[in-house]
Amino acid sequence: MIESCDVLVVGGGNAGLSAAITAREAGASVVLLEHAPKAFRGGNSRHTRNLRLMHKSPTATLAGGYSSSDYWRDLLSVTHGKTDEHLARIAIDATAELLPWMEAHGARFQPALKGTLGLSRTNAFFFGGGKALMNAYYAAAERLGVTVFYDTEVRSLCLANGMIREVSAAPNGASSSLRPKAVVVCSGGFQANIEWLREYWGDAASNFIIRGTPYAQGGVLKNLLAQGAASVGDPTQCHAVAVDARAPKFDGGIVSRLDCIPFSIVVDRSGRRFYDEGEDIWPKRYAIWGRLVAQCPEQIAYAITDAKSETLFMPSAFPPIRAQSIGDLACKLGIDEAALKATVRNFNQTIRPGKFDPGVLDDCHTDGIAPPKTHWARAIDEPPFIGYPLRPGITFTYLGLKVDENARVLMQDGRPAANLFAAGEIMAGNILGQGYVAGIGMAIGAVFGRIAGGEAAKVALG
Amino acid sequence: MEHGNSRTAEQARRFVEICNACRYCEGYCAVFPAIELRRQFTSGDLSYLANLCHDCRGCYYSCQYAPPHEFALNLPKAFADLRLETYERYAWPRPLAALFRRSGLAASVLAFLFTVIFVWLAKTPLSAAVNPERAGAFYAVIPEGLMIAITAAAFLFAILALAVGLLNFWRDTQSPCAADSSSFLSAFSDSFTLRNLGGGGDGCNNRDESFSQSRRYFHHALFYGFLLCFASTSTAATYEHVFGWLSPYPFFSLPVSMGALGGAAMLVGIAGLVQIKLTADPVPASRLLLDIDYSFLVLLFIAAGTGLLLLAMRTTGAMGALLAVHLGVVVSLFLMLPYCKFVHGIYRAAALLRYAAERPRRARGAAPATEGIVQ
Repeated sequence: MIESCDVLVVGGGNAGLSAAITAREAGASVVLLEHAPKAFRGGNSRHTRNLRLMHKSPTATLAGGYSSSDYWRDLLSVTHGKTDEHLARIAIDATAELLPWMEAHGARFQPALKGTLGLSRTNAFFFGGGKALMNAYYAAAERLGVTVFYDTEVRSLCLANGMIREVSAAPNGASSSLRPKAVVVCSGGFQANIEWLREYWGDAASNFIIRGTPYAQGGVLKNLLAQGAASVGDPTQCHAVAVDARAPKFDGGIVSRLDCIPFSIVVDRSGRRFYDEGEDIWPKRYAIWGRLVAQCPEQIAYAITDAKSETLFMPSAFPPIRAQSIGDLACKLGIDEAALKATVRNFNQTIRPGKFDPGVLDDCHTDGIAPPKTHWARAIDEPPFIGYPLRPGITFTYLGLKVDENARVLMQDGRPAANLFAAGEIMAGNILGQGYVAGIGMAIGAVFGRIAGGEAAKVALG
Repeated sequence: MEHGNSRTAEQARRFVEICNACRYCEGYCAVFPAIELRRQFTSGDLSYLANLCHDCRGCYYSCQYAPPHEFALNLPKAFADLRLETYERYAWPRPLAALFRRSGLAASVLAFLFTVIFVWLAKTPLSAAVNPERAGAFYAVIPEGLMIAITAAAFLFAILALAVGLLNFWRDTQSPCAADSSSFLSAFSDSFTLRNLGGGGDGCNNRDESFSQSRRYFHHALFYGFLLCFASTSTAATYEHVFGWLSPYPFFSLPVSMGALGGAAMLVGIAGLVQIKLTADPVPASRLLLDIDYSFLVLLFIAAGTGLLLLAMRTTGAMGALLAVHLGVVVSLFLMLPYCKFVHGIYRAAALLRYAAERPRRARGAAPATEGIVQ
């Protein structure tokens, strides 16, 4: 393996490639180390679909206009203020310049989509999704002369006096070290590290499904925090949604998502309901259900509904489990049969008449049961009855490295590291301290990847 | 038609269910919007989708679930395997469906057989000098009536068998009884431009993640070359039977120049397509269908090649023998049309027509978009 280079990029997702390409175009020699083999390269970016961009007027891929202040307001509302406004505004404003840069490096976008939950105004959709984007970026990086090593995990970075001297990596499990002039870490969060999650979640973590890459082990993050890098974000927090329990343990991506909850009742394995399934419109409640299911016994729950609701939500990759009676469905799902029958009977009896409308907060609700179902409550009485098993699905973690506006990693004493930069999920917590808004992770990765790559090249080239 | 639950169909169904939950590929081609209209997939639906697929492989390389992911999603291969099953399922008469997997051998035997028949029918010894400049020189070798009767019978049989196959496809996919003229227009334009072949506009993925338009161009050369040859034959027939102008025609006549140009375009197209197939990534390809592709391409290559050779040597003593061989190959090609890769064009065009006819349903049912793994 190569022993030295100007800029070493650790991690080959959206942020890593944005950094590598930018540094290479600035004249630096660049080596990129990707933990995954080529087939799984790209980190969680390979599972993404779009990014959020501010723009003053409609473009070929974006409808309407989305101002910097609208963007900021959306960010503020999901983070409840857990954001660094200075960094957030840098990211937001820089997204205005992203489209031409991305397109110049092979990115392709879908024409503005119609009827996509309002996202056509705010988010540009990658043609073919995130893996297609990663393919384009890797091709661009290789064309420019970035040297990419797959199957290469970075074990440790030697950080002394705010300076990276040496990086130890493990190409294909062997061991090797590099002495780069500057380093950009873009190696994501630690959501795939079950042992680490267990520190905060206990044994429940063993039953979590990790929606993205299994390579997000957080090794680089942990290594740098241990050497005095300042952290940002609540280490105990992660973005968790309810996913189909039949999903693969890792890398299930988008297709394990289940949008059926507002049109179902959700019970635990003893057949009891535990939360208002119709509390608010789905995009606003999507991300609370991971946590709710994580609190259930054995971290499993079941969404139960009937034939008349089946076409109201996006299909899962796994067909629903069907039965002609609630009792049969309980048996098939492994729920206490008598309890589920009682729950459904009780639920059906307490529904108040209303006008069902899946598009708005309608007036179909229950009366006199706890917890209530406050919207979209309809009797579950039309066979075949359908059920989906649910597990907590972890998307990403919030803990990260604190950075300054040049993407430079800050030390615990507040001073910036001399030649260490961070971009992407590993520093997204600076801007997104809580919650989520579609496409912001990719936006932060792209903007700070470019900043980090440019600054690292400056440091390396003196 | 109880073939819908074959392992091939089951695998395609599983893949399509995953695609329907993902939808990242919806911009690529007609297949994905067609998937999004459905939640459950009958064997007829799968047959329709498989034949709608142009095998550009864009979805394979952009797929987050492609092998070695445990879903091992490989839509191009699953659809190609399924297409072969549908070709056999819809073939008429049914027992001849067995020819698909032996189309190379079958075409060779037929070509040999008909060449022998034409030699046997020859009025004069083939080496005997016939004045090739004389009008009707070809008929001086092989009697006109017999030549026309044999080729026309083979051609009409092919048309009949293809029509029954098309009807079987249309029925099995439960396609609508009627389609409006704009649907026909749209299917026609999609077929002739190969709009869905690498529908993103960057072309196909042949070897890897990189895109190329070469397959489109070579397919156009082959397809339009084939049409030119067909036009050449039709024009010649019109000359003879309407105007009474007997062949051979001079080189710069319409039939000969179209035939020469068409034949040359076919050779170029075939060579290009074979080269692409030989160097392609084997993972998204169907091994079974690939053999059938090669057989068809070789058959077309020989048909076009012998035609061009006949043209080049028609003034020599080899004309008689070449005429017999070319006719033998052409009759074999006609007879094999319903049992070789040629049928892909018929079912593809029909699937595109059905897709066009579904347009109002697509406009109504704007499905909610997925937003990536976080929203």
